[in-house]
Amino acid sequence: MAPAATLLAILFLIPIAIVAAYSLLSRGPYGGVMPPWNVENYMRLADPLYLSILWRTILYSFLATAVCLLAGFPLAWFISRSGTRKGLFLALVIVPFWTSFLVRTYAWMFLLRDTGLINSTLQWLGLIHDPLPLLYNPFAVIVGLVYGYLPFMILPIYSTLEKLDPALLEASADLGARPMTTMFQVVIPLAKPGMLAGGVLVFISCLGAYLTPDLLGGGKTIMIGNLVQNQFTAARDWPFGAALSLLLMAVVMAMLMPVLRREKDGLL
Amino acid sequence: MDHVLELRKVSKRYPNHVAVDDVSLRVPKGALFSLVGPSGCGKTTTLRMIAGFDQPTSGELLLNGQRIEHLRPYERNVSTVFQNYALFPHLSARENIEFGLRRRGLADLNEPVNKVLDLLQLAGKESRYPSQMSGGEKQRVALARSLVLEPELLLLDEPLSALDPQLRKKVRVELKSLQRSVGITFLMVTHDQEEALSLSDQIAVMNKGKVEQVGTPQEIYHKPATRFVAGFLGHVNWIDDAGVRPESTFIATEPKNGIARSRPAVIRHAMFYGNCFHVEAELSGGIKAVSEVPPDEHRYTPGQQVHVWWHIDDEIRLP
Repeated sequence: MAPAATLLAILFLIPIAIVAAYSLLSRGPYGGVMPPWNVENYMRLADPLYLSILWRTILYSFLATAVCLLAGFPLAWFISRSGTRKGLFLALVIVPFWTSFLVRTYAWMFLLRDTGLINSTLQWLGLIHDPLPLLYNPFAVIVGLVYGYLPFMILPIYSTLEKLDPALLEASADLGARPMTTMFQVVIPLAKPGMLAGGVLVFISCLGAYLTPDLLGGGKTIMIGNLVQNQFTAARDWPFGAALSLLLMAVVMAMLMPVLRREKDGLL
Repeated sequence: MDHVLELRKVSKRYPNHVAVDDVSLRVPKGALFSLVGPSGCGKTTTLRMIAGFDQPTSGELLLNGQRIEHLRPYERNVSTVFQNYALFPHLSARENIEFGLRRRGLADLNEPVNKVLDLLQLAGKESRYPSQMSGGEKQRVALARSLVLEPELLLLDEPLSALDPQLRKKVRVELKSLQRSVGITFLMVTHDQEEALSLSDQIAVMNKGKVEQVGTPQEIYHKPATRFVAGFLGHVNWIDDAGVRPESTFIATEPKNGIARSRPAVIRHAMFYGNCFHVEAELSGGIKAVSEVPPDEHRYTPGQQVHVWWHIDDEIRLP
């Protein structure tokens, strides 16, 4: 207990305490923090500009999570049913993590830009005349988020589907349920814990994303992660950056609370 | 039509082995019919083909005279009680029982569900989830879930194997009386010969994918068609070409004459079974014979010279 508590304190509580302390100090002239202590940084959070960025962050994260769920569930189901090739498909899900996320995001830029693979192919086929606006917009940001975090949705769902007793599917068919009914009455209800876990993982990851909106959004559709990053770099306003970080944490906690409560009540 | 189910030359072949080999069977209407055999004999595969989970490689399946081998499991009016019951863990007892009725789009679910809850003594337990049920309760819910659909045939896969040994005999009696009261044909798969003998109206003994014999428990026990059947349903002493059950094999200190056959033997050892001893004696030529001896008649010691005898009428003669 004691070593675990110590580790937790060093890795988790102390960094948060430092961030909390920063958020209550004033900005130094060249970055960093200095006295006096004050709550001014928190007052600034109420600025409609920042609230709209927070709202956009939540909206994009929600959309990306929904798309991940809709795409991830069928994929996880397919993998869990593919017998001896399960290992291969799971490896394919994980392989992208072997290269840098930055590199993969640049790859998406090459795909989506006006002279990119998608637009030039469509033009070559004669389907479009002018290139479609695929890059530097909310669409590109959500595509990037879905691409980046889809494995976090697939893996937990896969693990619940993998544990599903095949006799339950047979029992369902035996009692007169067609395959689609079995899917909605048996498989999906029993896969809920995995869907919830995947949803939480993807949603939280999206809330904190800054690379994807920066590169694929072209800096036009910034999310709260970009705002935080900006305060610690260009704006040199560490205290405000710290306050924004804590706001993000509070949002995550507020959104997780219903999920955690469900888990505690054993409703999963 | 006096039979519900008919199998005509049904086979299930895999690349490396034959699970079910040219099986033909008729299951009489209203009967409790058992498929027995050791593990790997093809009895479970046969059951799964009848339920529709596996497809026969060749042969015909007829339910009330209609071919069903091309129908999906949800298109057959056959229901299965699974070995581990396969209750839906996210549904209560009542919701599990309603599952099949809902698929049929019934307007009033309460009446049939309440009826089957009463029949299986589940009233008051309908809101329990599978994780809150005992083994016996799970089994009754699984039975209720199938019986409420009034299937033409109820398939039971090792229905008693997941229960505690103490509970098994009690449930065996209940299962038999349940089958009598609902009048639905039960087709049960079991590897337990005692279970099959005590429960069944008819038994089919399977071995290596083939049916070796079909008959009433008495026929199977007293007139086995093959050495395998004789040996599977209890012990048999094979003395030359005659088989004798332990309860028909006697031990005496003097040779017997007349209608009996008698052979000199030496006592080897005795095992106590509560209601009797099984005394093993060795005949000339190394043949071993087991005799069932009542506890108060057991007075033999290892090495003692005795005579093993039996009535000619009790001999099992293979055709």
